[in-house]
Amino acid sequence: MKRVYVNEKWCLGCHLCEYYCAFAGTNEKDMARALKDIKINPKIKIEEKDGVSFAVSCRHCREPLCVKGCITGALTISDGVITIDRDKCVSCYTCILSCPFGAVSPSDDGAVQKCELCVKTTAGTPACVKGCPNGAIVFEERG
Amino acid sequence: MAVNFLYPDYEVTRNYDKCIACRACERQCANEVHEYLADANKMVCDDAKCVNCHRCVSLCPTRALKIVKSGNTYKENTNWSGKTINELYRQAGSGGVLLSSMGNPENYPVYFDKILLNASQVTNPSIDPLREPMETRVFLGAKPQYIKRDGDGRIKNNLPPQLSLSMPVMFSAMSYGSISYNAHESLARAAEALGILYNTGEGGLHEDFYRYGGNTVVQVASGRFGVHQEYLNSGAAIEIKMGQGAKPGIGGHLPGTKIVGDISRTRMIPEGSDAISPAPHHDIYSIEDLRQLVYSLKEVTDYKKPVIVKIAAVHNVAAIASGIARSGADIIAIDGFRGGTGAAPTRIRDHVGIPIELALAGVDRRLREEGIRDHVSIVVGGSIRSSADIVKAVALGADCVYIASAALLALGCHLCRSCHAGKCNWGIATQVPELVKRLNPEIGYKRLVNLLTAWQHEIKEMMGGMGINSIESLRGNRLMLRGVGLNEKELEILGIKHAGE
Repeated sequence: MKRVYVNEKWCLGCHLCEYYCAFAGTNEKDMARALKDIKINPKIKIEEKDGVSFAVSCRHCREPLCVKGCITGALTISDGVITIDRDKCVSCYTCILSCPFGAVSPSDDGAVQKCELCVKTTAGTPACVKGCPNGAIVFEERG
Repeated sequence: MAVNFLYPDYEVTRNYDKCIACRACERQCANEVHEYLADANKMVCDDAKCVNCHRCVSLCPTRALKIVKSGNTYKENTNWSGKTINELYRQAGSGGVLLSSMGNPENYPVYFDKILLNASQVTNPSIDPLREPMETRVFLGAKPQYIKRDGDGRIKNNLPPQLSLSMPVMFSAMSYGSISYNAHESLARAAEALGILYNTGEGGLHEDFYRYGGNTVVQVASGRFGVHQEYLNSGAAIEIKMGQGAKPGIGGHLPGTKIVGDISRTRMIPEGSDAISPAPHHDIYSIEDLRQLVYSLKEVTDYKKPVIVKIAAVHNVAAIASGIARSGADIIAIDGFRGGTGAAPTRIRDHVGIPIELALAGVDRRLREEGIRDHVSIVVGGSIRSSADIVKAVALGADCVYIASAALLALGCHLCRSCHAGKCNWGIATQVPELVKRLNPEIGYKRLVNLLTAWQHEIKEMMGGMGINSIESLRGNRLMLRGVGLNEKELEILGIKHAGE
């Protein structure tokens, strides 16, 4: 299955992936309109320290601890993609505590949020991958 | 200083309706033009620091930025232009020689733009390159002057070493040091993928790139940096750099601050020491001396590699080329006055040398008149901007062209002409690690391959239109060219007719 992979060697720490992610989540047509004067809360986040930076988003683990720990069945895995049913989520944050990558986070309106590989957006290819100016984020099959 | 004589050349215009304050511009500008004001949640900028490299413009996700000429003007004066006045102020402030980068931007004629190509109509039908074979392969090197036979009458192979190129283009010399590791890797990989050659410049060859040796021209210049036996034998050809179009008559100077780590090791000089290439080769004061170096290099490579001698296009270029053709060189490379550079004194770049079109036509004629044209191949560079320039250069007598500025443009260069500052925001002309990583060779080499693949298609289209199916048949074929707006003397030098004749 195709997953999002990150190569910190080419990450510039420009944070554009975060903005493209946030934009994709709005399903708006115009980025300026969608994100103007908004503090974004993206599902992919840049970690950086001492000149090293890389983007972190859901790894879509084969044996996902978040899905195992979910008390309501809101998090499910189908065809390898871990998605969230926002109506079922009760914001107990068990998934946030159990994710070893810190890739699940609270959303601005109750339910938790995580990268769903843009399957629910109109972006097609994950927006972070399309928007990365240096090919540091790729969407590919690695077995 | 209380009096600031210099008003910024550019204004960074921000459309605040579109700006989402993502700070990508701030994070990507090595010149620190942009700044985020957290309390106002607003981006501001300092125009004076902007070099107009367009990094922020290109990355801005909402297209909120554009860069415009600042409208500030001095009292109009055709003699004392604003540029002239600013340069004078700058020197009055610094006491220094003005430095510039990339090619001569001044308003001299571009002869390629005053030459038009022919196409077949009715007779000698044109050829459709999508349906019929079309050859763009060229071989560079001296051609045999006569047929040799052995005792049994069989023809003996007396062909000197040749370079085989899939199309008449090579990436010209840019040293590791003047451009980044990633830029070199992009060029090397593209050259390999395309079946052409790139050139090390005078910086030696990084140990990682020996594997691209078959697609590498290794350069020997006046500073002899990074030259050793293995280096000379690693490439497909050796180039002796006598001159450079952007700065004929002067040497080079890579500041010690750039001689770090791998660059120091590759150049074989201590870290932090300035890499100064002398203006002349101190062992070459005549054609005979040049011949000695040519044969020294052939000796060390067992006569298996062609030797290129590169000169700048200057006033007596035809006579100089004639001498080089007799020095044993296999290929002459001529660099026109619009050729690029990582740094050159502005006055030299803008006022020394001659246009490549005239130099090429003059050299080709002189060598033909002297019956030695086949002793050498001719490669021309110095602002080849498109496939049309290539076709015109070949029709004027070139075997192949060198491109460098065009290649850097493909890698992201926006010709801001600030290479000498060492803070290239596109990761090309810099050695700052966080800037170098901005050029991902995986992306870069593909863009180079795309560019030249497109040019190759266009060359075939233009050749097909002329009814020519092999680039070799186009070489020196001046009947395919006509001048527009050129005077008698210019037409005579170019060896072409005026349009309508």
